[in-house]
Amino acid sequence: MSVRAREVAASVTDPEMPMLTLEDLGVLRGVREEGSRVTVTITPTYSGCPAMATMRDDLVHRLADAGYTATVEVSLSPAWSSDWITDRGRQALRDHGLSAPGPTPHRAGPVPLTLLPVRRDLACPRCSSTEVELTSEFGATACKALYRCTACAEPFEHVKEI
Amino acid sequence: MSHLTPDPNVSAGSAYDGLLEHHEVAGDSSQWAFGTDFEDPLAGVDTTVPADVDPAALAAYCLMLGDDALVMSHRLSEWCSRAPDLEEDIALANTALDLLGQARLLLARAAAADPAVVPALPEGSPVPAEDALAFFREAGDFRNVRLAEVPNGDFAHTVVRLLLFSSVRLALLEQLASSRDPVLSAIAVKGVKELAYHRDYAGRWFLTLAQGTDESRRRLEAALRELWPLYPELLTTHPVEQSVAEAGVGVAPDSVASAVEVVLEQVLAVSEVDRPDGQPLAGVRGRTGRDGLHSEALSRMLAEMQVVARAHPTGRW
Repeated sequence: MSVRAREVAASVTDPEMPMLTLEDLGVLRGVREEGSRVTVTITPTYSGCPAMATMRDDLVHRLADAGYTATVEVSLSPAWSSDWITDRGRQALRDHGLSAPGPTPHRAGPVPLTLLPVRRDLACPRCSSTEVELTSEFGATACKALYRCTACAEPFEHVKEI
Repeated sequence: MSHLTPDPNVSAGSAYDGLLEHHEVAGDSSQWAFGTDFEDPLAGVDTTVPADVDPAALAAYCLMLGDDALVMSHRLSEWCSRAPDLEEDIALANTALDLLGQARLLLARAAAADPAVVPALPEGSPVPAEDALAFFREAGDFRNVRLAEVPNGDFAHTVVRLLLFSSVRLALLEQLASSRDPVLSAIAVKGVKELAYHRDYAGRWFLTLAQGTDESRRRLEAALRELWPLYPELLTTHPVEQSVAEAGVGVAPDSVASAVEVVLEQVLAVSEVDRPDGQPLAGVRGRTGRDGLHSEALSRMLAEMQVVARAHPTGRW
């Protein structure tokens, strides 16, 4: 094999945020190569992530193009965290007008109820103003919140901490 | 904007060329909307039932948690294109999707633990076990709490239901994270992260509607009075839940009651809404949703949800 399976799998992009590879998103958990057979392990970002089947198909196709027969397995534990998005992935998000997630809160004890909007320390990816306001914690895909920049008045998406 | 829109009728550079790009992969039909290429949400996950755990009890318990999520998800998804504004429409659809994902994992886990729970389908049917459980069981086989199946009312009704539902489910899954069953534990850890967003969403809207206009407060209080009698059922422990809790794989709902109460009291206090004093909705001869005793509304909901799958059990038409 001229191209290693690991490199092929790592270059497959996320169907919903195609500026990110599965590796940069942190959902690629393992690539096991035995001759021409490859087992790839991925983990869902959210339980209901509808992109899992597309990710699997894209992995199988890209690896088939490189001469591999691939099986894709799901890993549920440890649960995906936005902390796993790589620095390169965060830069790619910003380059495409998306706001990258901050660090997830580490807490002990019960999950606290938060009745006021979460204060996130973030800036408009278009004009860099920090004068931004949350429109909704839910966006066009499960992993994104909606924001609006009050300086340049443009809406933008923020990848949520989870 | 200067985008060139490809003309789908011109074969060179058609926007649809990519659909056929991978036809060389033998037997692959994944590019078609109605392909036969189903996926297993637990593909590759070790679903061995821990030693000394009764597989039938584990499966029955997974159906309870899975049916709660499935039925609640369906009610939330009925808001699609009908919510008060686009942001709430998207928020409710996102919440429904998270719960649907949890339902898929839990129904698949039930089927893997005890295949006897899966309805029989015609030979050659490509319908996976999770779908057989969702689409080919009668209402009396569903184990969800009755709060989940009540038909939708106004937006305040959905906010109250989601607050009660997500407060209890979040508390249950926080405890379930330490289940001896690694599959249930993994599902719970993931679900906690999602439910934290659902509960905050419902709590914020509860406060907003309570402190909004006289009309929003009137609607909120009416919804709370209507749904409150269904709330105690969520914190009542069924014998199946008791047995899996004792086996260290499940959680007894009564054990999280005080944690849930703290949260609800906080929301009620901040919102300046009095706790309703309605009596719990009784079961029938002691049977409630967990025993398969449901309102007529569930049958109607399932009729709509299941009709296409039941008309085509072999996935062909």
